[in-house]
Amino acid sequence: MTKAIQSRVQGSLLATGRAFVLTFASIAGSVTLFVLSVLSLAFIPLGVGLLTTPWVTEQVRAHANRRRLLAVTWSDVRIPVPYRPLPGDTGEGLAGQVRRTVLLLRDPATWRDLQWLLVDMTAGAFVLVLVVGLTVYPAEALVLAAGLWRVYEDHRYWYAFVPVDSQTSALYALTLGAALFVAGLWANRPLLRLHFVLARSVLAPTHEQELARRIDRLTETRHEAVDTAASELRRIERDLHDGAQARLVAMGMSLGTIEALVEKDPAQAKKLLAMARQSSAEALTELRDLVRGIHPPVLAERGLGDAVKALALRLPVASEVSVELPGRAGAPVESAAYFAVSETLTNAVKHAGADRIWVDVHHADGMLRISVTDNGGGGAVVGAGSGLSGIERRLGTFDGVLAVSSPAGGPTMVTMEIPCALS
Amino acid sequence: MRVVLAEDLFLLRDGLVRMLEAYDFEIAAAVESGPELSRALAELKPDVAVVDVRLPPSHTDEGLQCVLAARRERPGLPVLVLSQHVEQLYARELLADGDGGIGYLLKDRVFDAGQFVDAVRRVAAGGTAMDPQVISQLLSRRARDKPIGGLTPREREVMELMAQGRSNAAIASQMVITERAVAKHTSNIFGKLGLPPSDDDNRRVLAVLAYLDRG
Repeated sequence: MTKAIQSRVQGSLLATGRAFVLTFASIAGSVTLFVLSVLSLAFIPLGVGLLTTPWVTEQVRAHANRRRLLAVTWSDVRIPVPYRPLPGDTGEGLAGQVRRTVLLLRDPATWRDLQWLLVDMTAGAFVLVLVVGLTVYPAEALVLAAGLWRVYEDHRYWYAFVPVDSQTSALYALTLGAALFVAGLWANRPLLRLHFVLARSVLAPTHEQELARRIDRLTETRHEAVDTAASELRRIERDLHDGAQARLVAMGMSLGTIEALVEKDPAQAKKLLAMARQSSAEALTELRDLVRGIHPPVLAERGLGDAVKALALRLPVASEVSVELPGRAGAPVESAAYFAVSETLTNAVKHAGADRIWVDVHHADGMLRISVTDNGGGGAVVGAGSGLSGIERRLGTFDGVLAVSSPAGGPTMVTMEIPCALS
Repeated sequence: MRVVLAEDLFLLRDGLVRMLEAYDFEIAAAVESGPELSRALAELKPDVAVVDVRLPPSHTDEGLQCVLAARRERPGLPVLVLSQHVEQLYARELLADGDGGIGYLLKDRVFDAGQFVDAVRRVAAGGTAMDPQVISQLLSRRARDKPIGGLTPREREVMELMAQGRSNAAIASQMVITERAVAKHTSNIFGKLGLPPSDDDNRRVLAVLAYLDRG
């Protein structure tokens, strides 16, 4: 019981502290940024605003993102980021600046940010002050009851709605203060959460925005999927054409020659037979490699878990694989996950200089999670044509995501998540 | 020698039957699916089973699962598993019970009828026949490590053949050296690997594989 009370008091005090910090650090920021934004927008017709708006917008977004972060860490309120991606290169100089400003102003999220700044410095601030008040105001009642009431013997002092001018009334005030404090014990944390929920209601993308973003993303990943499939088909066609097919033709030719030679020159025929057999063996090897590249046999036979284990067995580096999959995912998902792991492992072996690799595959909350950790040199980055962005694209088709943590000096941890159901 | 054969592709099954019969094996049954194989193994008690990994109805690793189950029923039942591809994972599972009488070969090995039949006989006699691909994968994986790295190229060659399950005589004829030279190489290898020497072909392969597999 005492433990429960203790933790409640601690929780409430923590919420108060956080609200206190937020009131000063963030609300002041909101006011400043709102004023700057409005000024910057107002100056656009004069031209000055064109230069300042991108900068101010960037600051506003950073400010909002800090709040998003706090919302998750303090109250577990997730606020999605709705900003449209800016094209990487909007051009240099004034023209670029103008283009950037126009792009930013076209993004509805920019305007919603402004709205949020307004809400944050009014309703948001009010909620925060309430949290701080519920903890601090009772302290005043305590001080009054302890003797400070004497100062107000001559003229009334109002503690909330209690007029204080005697010890008795000071005790009433103390009762009220205590009630407020107790209320705070229960209300502080939900109130802090309310602050973030308020922010979410303004900051989170609207339903339409969400849909628009989803459509953009689907279009993009569909293009990529189609491209990848097409180039994969081309590769398979080329491999078959230049490899197995050519070898089989050569074999047929050799067999024809053997037919002609078998009586005239048995020794030569025997030599050609050996060559033909060699050709057929090579054709088989090529076909086998090709099949492995399209859909690895172990994956087809055993599913993702064992396929990853088999993959690890072939690595030249010591590896540990732990798999926890109560069923099998759909074939396309398995395949994407397999090749993503395969590529990640190849990267780790080739670039990280690792001598140990850990792979963890499990499924929880409708999400297939795979992490590949190595003890190599680190410094891996997504983007800039690295293999990692290829993996990201591969996973993107399935709404999967890739996260890389790779500080210089290592270790590198690559995490993949693909939403999917197991059967 | 009575053989139970399981292979779902008619052409291959037919070819294997012909080849084995040509080498004086008696085909007790030639089946095309997992359940049929399990039944044949239980009822016919063959001297050796030659089985494709992938069999109907599941078209996954049904053949492998069938023989693993059959070997649990009848430990040491000689089984030669054929596959379109060889995977260390499967090699391990087959070797796991340590009873011997295990073979795991790429289907291509039937190209060399003599060697293939030799492998079937070896397995039937309780020995092992591991595909060179499995062995070379294992060796390359361990190549960085000291003991294997310490072998001379010649010893490495002997080691590869030995790990496939060949006898000293077979190794000698393949490498065109005397049996005494092979025996010398093998004892050197065992010395370098820290394994106690043994005359038993099966045990020495298992020991080598177990060693290679470690870590």
